[in-house]
Amino acid sequence: MNGIRHRLIFATLIILGIGLVWLARHTVDEYILSIINFVGIYIILAVSLNITNGFAGLFSLGHPAFMAIGGYVTAILTFPVARKSMFLELHPLLANLQLPFFPALIIGGACAGVTALVVGLPVLRLRGHYLAVATMGFLIIVQVMIINWDSVTRGPLGLNGLPALTTLWWVYPWVVVTIYVSWKIKFSSYGRQMLSVREDETAAQCLGVNLFKTRVAALVIGAFFAGVAGGLWAHLVTAITPASFSLVMAFNIVVMVVVGGSGSIAGSFLAAIIFSVLTELFRPLEETFDVYGIGEIIMALILILILVYRPQGLFGSREPGILLAKNSR
Amino acid sequence: MNTEYIAQQIVNGLILGSMYAMVAMGFSMIYGIIRLINFAHGDVVMIGAFCTLGLFQVLGAPFPLVALVVLTAGALVGILIEKGAFRPMRGAPQVTGFIASLAVSIMLQNLGILFLTAQPRNFAFPDYLQKVHHVAGVSFRVVDMGIMVSALILMCGLVLLVNKTRLGMAMRATAENIDVARLMGININRTIMATFAIGSALAGIAGLMWGGKFGQIDPLMGFVPGLKSFVAAVIGGVGSIPGAILGGFVLGLAEVLFVGLLPPIYSAFRDAFVFFTLILILLILPNGILGRNLEDRA
Repeated sequence: MNGIRHRLIFATLIILGIGLVWLARHTVDEYILSIINFVGIYIILAVSLNITNGFAGLFSLGHPAFMAIGGYVTAILTFPVARKSMFLELHPLLANLQLPFFPALIIGGACAGVTALVVGLPVLRLRGHYLAVATMGFLIIVQVMIINWDSVTRGPLGLNGLPALTTLWWVYPWVVVTIYVSWKIKFSSYGRQMLSVREDETAAQCLGVNLFKTRVAALVIGAFFAGVAGGLWAHLVTAITPASFSLVMAFNIVVMVVVGGSGSIAGSFLAAIIFSVLTELFRPLEETFDVYGIGEIIMALILILILVYRPQGLFGSREPGILLAKNSR
Repeated sequence: MNTEYIAQQIVNGLILGSMYAMVAMGFSMIYGIIRLINFAHGDVVMIGAFCTLGLFQVLGAPFPLVALVVLTAGALVGILIEKGAFRPMRGAPQVTGFIASLAVSIMLQNLGILFLTAQPRNFAFPDYLQKVHHVAGVSFRVVDMGIMVSALILMCGLVLLVNKTRLGMAMRATAENIDVARLMGININRTIMATFAIGSALAGIAGLMWGGKFGQIDPLMGFVPGLKSFVAAVIGGVGSIPGAILGGFVLGLAEVLFVGLLPPIYSAFRDAFVFFTLILILLILPNGILGRNLEDRA
């Protein structure tokens, strides 16, 4: 990751992004702006799942569960104290607490990360699709818990009337941070360990990689960003319900990672943009022509075609050459 | 809480369990033969239920004919899924097949929503099947008994098929080692297709039963029974057909007793209970009750 040319490219991209955010804020209307926000959140989700799923090869379907945990924690922390007492029965300490957005997001992400640690310690012993099934079970358990924990989550109704704190100026920096962290991981010894675990466990162990630690780290880091994304999501929609964090969402994020190429940050980034924009394009189409479900059908079809004809995804595990320093190409 | 109440719960659990077992057998067969967790299997249940609705209620076809058509329809859907989605990616990593099956599942559900709308439909069997009988304080409908009896017949039939016929032998050989089976002159593609067809036919019949039992069907109905039957298959030991049957009954009983015997506030947690059991079994008893050690799971 050294080389002046390399840093220049990154700096240019970040500044270009800031320019685009500024442009978007001043030109397009609220509706389009909210779509751009969603795209940003999906980028965070896909790039962070790529750490778990792509780098370490842990096939997790639990991403929406971490998102839900982060989302609810953040929402409860930023909820105005006066309204909290109307809806929720919380511990007095929580009931009288109202935090600014940033610490709330960090705490939300941290809670998701800690949950990932607690769940991961037993579950990460499983491999391949057994891990996938176990994380799916975890997702359903979290959903049931949220639905039944009325005093804190208001059950299936969810929390609504949250302050609309999420703007592009919040989403964009988090997108940059997620990509930066995941890039730093990928081109560090930690990332190499994760990739080696994915490729061949036995070989990795022979080289002294601690399998279990590497896996737990990959799950926890991914979960942290999922939690933050959940918080951003909740304050963009200004409501949070257990139904939003479904298996379908898990599937959508997985599709982004697989289509982009497991392990490729640029791939997850692009696939997240393509798929979330496509979904938004399908929505008015479904409503006008009364063809509900067509969007999902097309998404699923694209996925199957990609799995058959290009199983490594758009980018494989690689990044576009222009972004790489000479020695890491 | 008296004995009659408990007996009633046990009967309910057995009925639910026999439906789980029907679906779990297909899961297990398909897993056993190509190591694929086929999540679209639950949606074949939905297709079976809608076929029954169409034939029985709209066209008024006689019952044996309906059962026959539903079996065939299930088998055809199974073949279609295998040919369209799974055959082209055979030999790919396991997880690839798993994602593909999720994709197929979402596709089938949304095709259902597209053509049949997401509105739940009532599913009523004729009166002679709905009649309630009381035996020794336990009440059940004729249709419930029908479910139990036909499930048991089909289970026996499947066990015989797998253990006593040439096709069954080919299936067991393929499950054991696909390459060696091919070298022995077994037509792998045909065997795998037959497995999908048989497993999916059973799932289709389970859809008929599911509709008869719960009286309401919709395009998303297949997902939960599909998932739970997978849990049943894991409990019994994936890949083992007797295991799937046993797992189905164990899960059905456990679920009904969990809801029936514990205080009502716990009943909302029944799905969490089922999946908690799944994770626990995967961690503690990864080969299930009757399964053999096929590969590393943990």
